[in-house]
Amino acid sequence: MTDTIDHAETAEVLDRLVIRFAGDSGDGMQLTGDRFTSVSASFGNDLSTFPDFPAEIRAPAGTVNGVSSFQVQISDHDITTPGDEPNVLIAMNPAALKADLHRLEQGGTLIVNTDAFDERNLEKAEYYSNPLEDGTVTGYRVLRVPMTTMTKDACAPHGVKQRDAERSKNFFALGLVSFMYSRPIEPTLEWISEKFAKNEQVVAANTAAFKAGFNFGETTEMVGQRYEVKPATLPAGEYTSITGNTALAWGLIAAGQLADLPVTLGSYPITPASDILHELSKHKNFGVRTVQAEDEIAAVGVALGASFAGHLGVTTTSGPGVALKSETISLAVSIELPMIIIDIQRGGPSTGLPTKTEASDLNLAIYGRHGEAQLPVVATKSPADCFDAAIEAARIALKYRTPVILLSDGYIANGSEPWKLPDISTYEKIAVPFATETNGTDSEGRDVFHPYLRDPDTLARPWAIPGTPGLMHRVGGLEKQDVTGNVNYTPDNHARMGELRADKVAGVARDYGATEIMGDEDADVCIVGWGSTWAAIDSAVQRTRRTGTKVAWVHIRHVFPLPSDLGDILRRYKRVIVPELNRGQLCNMLRASYLVDAQPLSKVAGLPFSAREIQHAIMEGGQS
Amino acid sequence: MSDTAVTLTTKKDWASDQEVRWCPGCGDYGILQAVQQVMPELGVAPENTVFVSGIGCSSRFPYYMNTYGMHSIHGRAPAIATGVATARPDLDVWVITGDGDGLSIGGNHLIHALRRNVNLTILMFNNRIYGLTKGQYSPTSYVGKVTKSTPFGSIDPPFNPLSVALGAEASFVARTHDLDRQHMMETFKAAHAHRGASFVEIYQNCNVFNDGQFNDITKRSVRDDMMINLVHGEPITFGSEVAKGVSMGDDGTLRIVNVDDVGIDNILVHDKHHHSPSLAFALARLNQDDSSPTPFGVFRAVERPEYSSEVSAQLARASEKSGAPDMDALLRSNGTWVVD
Repeated sequence: MTDTIDHAETAEVLDRLVIRFAGDSGDGMQLTGDRFTSVSASFGNDLSTFPDFPAEIRAPAGTVNGVSSFQVQISDHDITTPGDEPNVLIAMNPAALKADLHRLEQGGTLIVNTDAFDERNLEKAEYYSNPLEDGTVTGYRVLRVPMTTMTKDACAPHGVKQRDAERSKNFFALGLVSFMYSRPIEPTLEWISEKFAKNEQVVAANTAAFKAGFNFGETTEMVGQRYEVKPATLPAGEYTSITGNTALAWGLIAAGQLADLPVTLGSYPITPASDILHELSKHKNFGVRTVQAEDEIAAVGVALGASFAGHLGVTTTSGPGVALKSETISLAVSIELPMIIIDIQRGGPSTGLPTKTEASDLNLAIYGRHGEAQLPVVATKSPADCFDAAIEAARIALKYRTPVILLSDGYIANGSEPWKLPDISTYEKIAVPFATETNGTDSEGRDVFHPYLRDPDTLARPWAIPGTPGLMHRVGGLEKQDVTGNVNYTPDNHARMGELRADKVAGVARDYGATEIMGDEDADVCIVGWGSTWAAIDSAVQRTRRTGTKVAWVHIRHVFPLPSDLGDILRRYKRVIVPELNRGQLCNMLRASYLVDAQPLSKVAGLPFSAREIQHAIMEGGQS
Repeated sequence: MSDTAVTLTTKKDWASDQEVRWCPGCGDYGILQAVQQVMPELGVAPENTVFVSGIGCSSRFPYYMNTYGMHSIHGRAPAIATGVATARPDLDVWVITGDGDGLSIGGNHLIHALRRNVNLTILMFNNRIYGLTKGQYSPTSYVGKVTKSTPFGSIDPPFNPLSVALGAEASFVARTHDLDRQHMMETFKAAHAHRGASFVEIYQNCNVFNDGQFNDITKRSVRDDMMINLVHGEPITFGSEVAKGVSMGDDGTLRIVNVDDVGIDNILVHDKHHHSPSLAFALARLNQDDSSPTPFGVFRAVERPEYSSEVSAQLARASEKSGAPDMDALLRSNGTWVVD
């Protein structure tokens, strides 16, 4: 880090910086953004990231559809969002400029790879004149850098082929911004050596490009003022940088450890959930079994079979997969076994926008089954929060012997933030009392096992797993007789069983504790959020309060059943605003459940809210 | 359950207290009897046995077994059973399915369970009809079959269940029928003994919607000339008055011949362990219609790595390599920094 300190005297201090790397899908923008993030994280900044990439692995090169971007906000204070408007945009080609220039703040810094602005690329990006010359970029501070040429020149002495050298230009860009924003360079040089250890040429090329970018910044007048973002004053502790999907995977492993149960995952690859399958597959020494099933239905079948056999059965997917799993989830409701279904939501309907975020599966999660098939639904709010959310889902599933749906989304799944490592020893163990004894007698007075004789408090049925002598029993999708679990079609019994299943799930709310009201409890307006809108609402609430306007905020972890005190809380406010990345799904639920005049703030654009959009809704309504 | 521990049970120990509710005269009764009767011979305990079924008449089966059981969803039994077996390689897991459940709505799960070679004993009751939904044609019904949904005759060519299983790389494939309890028991015993996925097709009569479907083959009066009993290592012969056998023609196809015409040395010798599934496949397709003699018995039984064992082995190797679970180390595995 010494190189940073050397220049610190000349650097102007910023409290935060939003930087967006944009280039072609093949330009390595995600990698570049990741590196900038890691270095900033270990430097001690608070940060939040937003990878934004196309569904195609390699969309037509040079086109706007093929642009892959990575936005990161780094700051010296606590932040939750990747920022509304970038202060800096790195555009590696004309398409990237076209896709992202409108996001850049007025007067912001634009760094362009001028080598890519040739006739062919301009045409592919559908520019009919060169935007660097026709006034398009007026109003921005533009740094015109021939990155490709300089990368090739830097690599030439190392015997790297021209074609290979060109592929290192993202490291040139990273080097340049590392200089401009006073990032330490050693960690990146070390990382390059380790990451590409198998190919010396690549190490040489990337190293040369990175250094060339850094030195270019240092030796030319062009860059001008250098900036620095000081480390954040985060609470003391040990931190790691974590994405939502990794935190979910680790949370599931932790849940298995806390419950002393093996975890079995059945999963079918689907964007943006596959990384959970990848991560869990690495940790077999925790007793985690992963089955990449033949389809979504088999995946949830594997999970349910594993639960029947005494494991914590888990399946991970996105909206289209939840639709396919619906029938099996209903069976799990009926046979009352613990199971976790994780839905990493993405833009829908149908294949929709696989790599873009949305939170439009709330109705699907809560209502998307045949018959009266209630189940608890838990929502995570941020990448690091996924760890605790997974444990919470497992706790509910195991205590109440019910499938639980855990909702995350693409924004949380791929986004990352610093996470203060929890002390796992302080987590409460999850009790799993498998049945071992008979619990009743038959008409002839013999000891028998009643698989549907419920715990009077939780209404959970006993969980007797194969291998337990004397407790052999059959479960199935046909309606079961109360207590005995035998097939029964009588009207009164069906009514009773439906009631018991619903009451059991409703009873989960007793475990929540009082709902926290954040911000100004005595405000006129209350924001109700759930899921990943947490980050933008947090920023919006902070900004609003700084203007002197009061605002209250409730963020819902348990979207079903809703907290029992929520209705009373919402009735206290003149205005209730519900920002959602859907067309008002929670809002409608609140209106139906509590007869409050909750108003939706909807965004269904494949993008997260900006804090400004939410702040605007708070302020605008306040004036009317 | 360890493989060596033998549990002493009687047929009664395997019957649940539930009233059996198939139509009177259904072939399923005979199959249930055969399974309940063979279980004591397997030396296993009811508590270590799981029956998983899908939906259909046959899939009510688990309710009648005094074991752990799940009557699950249409077609999904092999997937759910894969979960049970993968989580618990110590259990005996049986799958009960039918021609509609296993080959139509659940075809995908069936072939993948066979491909993975999960340790499941799969009994497919083939009655060539949808019974539970009252008589529509099934994926094993022959072309021309007139049913409620095919008043002008079915135009769908049927699956040959054994061809499907062999095509899916099944390591154990057999066929039996509901009228021969001894043959069923022998077949189930062999299927159970096989480590991996065992697929058994059972010709089963649906006396309500498809009565007599297999009469031309399994009726006592025609059996000797229409049923071929496959015996490993023996020439494939049958016939009541004239000794007949199966031989391979120059073009590689199988044909029925009089043994006296070709000589016993030219009759195929059955080899269920043959590394190539070709012979089993050809035998499975000997009767592409019910007018030809039909082989019964074990077509194929080969050793292949079993899925749940492989999963367990990977877990064991991971533990050896990475040591005991250490949550604190996992949380630090992507690098950390300290804020003072």
